[in-house]
Amino acid sequence: MGKITNQEVLDKIAAKFGEQVTVIGEPHSLLTVETGREQIIDLLGFLKNDATLQFIFLTDITAIHYPEQEKPIGIIYHLHSLVNNVRIRVKVFVADGDVHVPTATVLWNGANWMERETYDFFGVVFDGHPDLRRILNVDDMTAFPMRKEFPLEDPNRVDKKDYFFGR
Amino acid sequence: MQNHPVFFDNDPQSELSTLNLGPTHPATHGVFQNVLQMDGERIVSGVSTIGYIHRAFEKIAEHRPFYQITPLTDRLNYCSSPINNMGWHMTVEKLAGITMPKRVDYMRVIIMELARIADHIICNGVLGVDTGAFTGFLYMMEYREEIYEIYEEICGSRLTTNIGRIGGFERNFNTIAFNKIRKFIKEFPPVLKEFEKLFNRNRIFIDRTKGVAPVTAETALSYSWSGPLLRAAGIDYDVRAMEPYSSYEDFDFEIPVGENGDVYSRFLVRNEEMKQSLRIIEQALNKIEKEPADIFHADVPEFYLPPKEEVYNNMEALIYHFKIVMGEVETPVTEVYHAVEGANGELGFYLVNDGGRSPYRLHFRRPSFINYQMYAPMSQGMLLSDAIINMSSLNVIAGELDA
Repeated sequence: MGKITNQEVLDKIAAKFGEQVTVIGEPHSLLTVETGREQIIDLLGFLKNDATLQFIFLTDITAIHYPEQEKPIGIIYHLHSLVNNVRIRVKVFVADGDVHVPTATVLWNGANWMERETYDFFGVVFDGHPDLRRILNVDDMTAFPMRKEFPLEDPNRVDKKDYFFGR
Repeated sequence: MQNHPVFFDNDPQSELSTLNLGPTHPATHGVFQNVLQMDGERIVSGVSTIGYIHRAFEKIAEHRPFYQITPLTDRLNYCSSPINNMGWHMTVEKLAGITMPKRVDYMRVIIMELARIADHIICNGVLGVDTGAFTGFLYMMEYREEIYEIYEEICGSRLTTNIGRIGGFERNFNTIAFNKIRKFIKEFPPVLKEFEKLFNRNRIFIDRTKGVAPVTAETALSYSWSGPLLRAAGIDYDVRAMEPYSSYEDFDFEIPVGENGDVYSRFLVRNEEMKQSLRIIEQALNKIEKEPADIFHADVPEFYLPPKEEVYNNMEALIYHFKIVMGEVETPVTEVYHAVEGANGELGFYLVNDGGRSPYRLHFRRPSFINYQMYAPMSQGMLLSDAIINMSSLNVIAGELDA
């Protein structure tokens, strides 16, 4: 496994950010922390540029929707330190109606399309993104389809009603 | 909301012209559109448009039980679908805390490495076609067919394999399958050698590929490149070595690394990887012989379907059969990120589970999607013909790009 433990990563983060970063857990030994959007770029930048941590590889950016939460939209970053072989997951939750997060393209060029995809499916607006357009869906779509309220099937279809299937 | 990437050439003095490369152009091997602004033969700037075959897999996956998601993963990178299948099975197994018997791990390794070879055969063969050498492609394609016959022997299908199950394989490899695998690893190395002879020191090929689209290690990392592309740029990141899954730690193999990330070094890295895959398969075949021959799945009745005869005659088997088919199996409420080394790079599955019958959220980290975003920026200043071979050496698979 990795050359540094999750606890060491955590100590480093705590020394720099203190209360601003909270630990969610270590599901399957992958350290998961949560922070606010005010310091997300500072945190990602710190993780990337710190001389010992070196989370230089941005694995993925995606989002998740919990409709019943106070802050329903979560943006999830997966980083990987290729030097230490440690991964970390960073989450930021934002309120509905104010789904704004600063862009990570200032740190990684590769964040560009990942953020476009997240915007496309969840409507997360990445402030400062150079080219925030839809990427996989059609341009004139108005909904954000990966949100939970968006139905999988077209609700107007009459041939797919549940009673046809004995449900 | 009109935001199509269109360049306006209203200026009558302008000497630039707009060129639509794709979406269905024979040179792009898939549905890729790039709107390029050209100065003669040289690309001034370009915009990629993707999503032509977007099929909303992540949304569909939220409505399906775990075992029904495997066919969706087939259709990501359809040139090496067994790797996707195995990656997904392993994600669910990691979620449920299932450990595999060694023999199943080795069987999986064989299948995944065969798939990697099949994928690299296509990529490197087609790269030859794009530079004007058709022979190598036809010569190698024959052996992709051999690999597909092995798949066929194991699971019955060829392209979208849906191979294996959560908890193991649906049936044991039969003798014909083992014989075919042995035949393949015996017959393929000379062919690969001959293929390399055709290309590696071929003057025309080198002129077309060497120094084309070089990528520094910093740029590649900054764009989150992974797989053969990142390795060609000089970084030895391979998920198989770094976070071994499916008992890859038992195998002895090298990670080939290129020098400057140009098309030529990507070609060499892929060829070398095929050789390493053959090595791994050979070791796996030897290791399998030392394992008990009748084990092809783990003992996990709540995930692995019981044999049909038992379902009809055994109460417990019937219950498990019903529970699995209806997706009523209990799974821990947690989140998992599992990565496998796909043919194009790190293929990740991020699964958030709420204990229900289907994932709460499933996200695929698709290497093609992430690798392809550098294409338009890196094409700037390139000749159109170079951009074409650059695209084929990126090995972007439309299914994986658009999910």
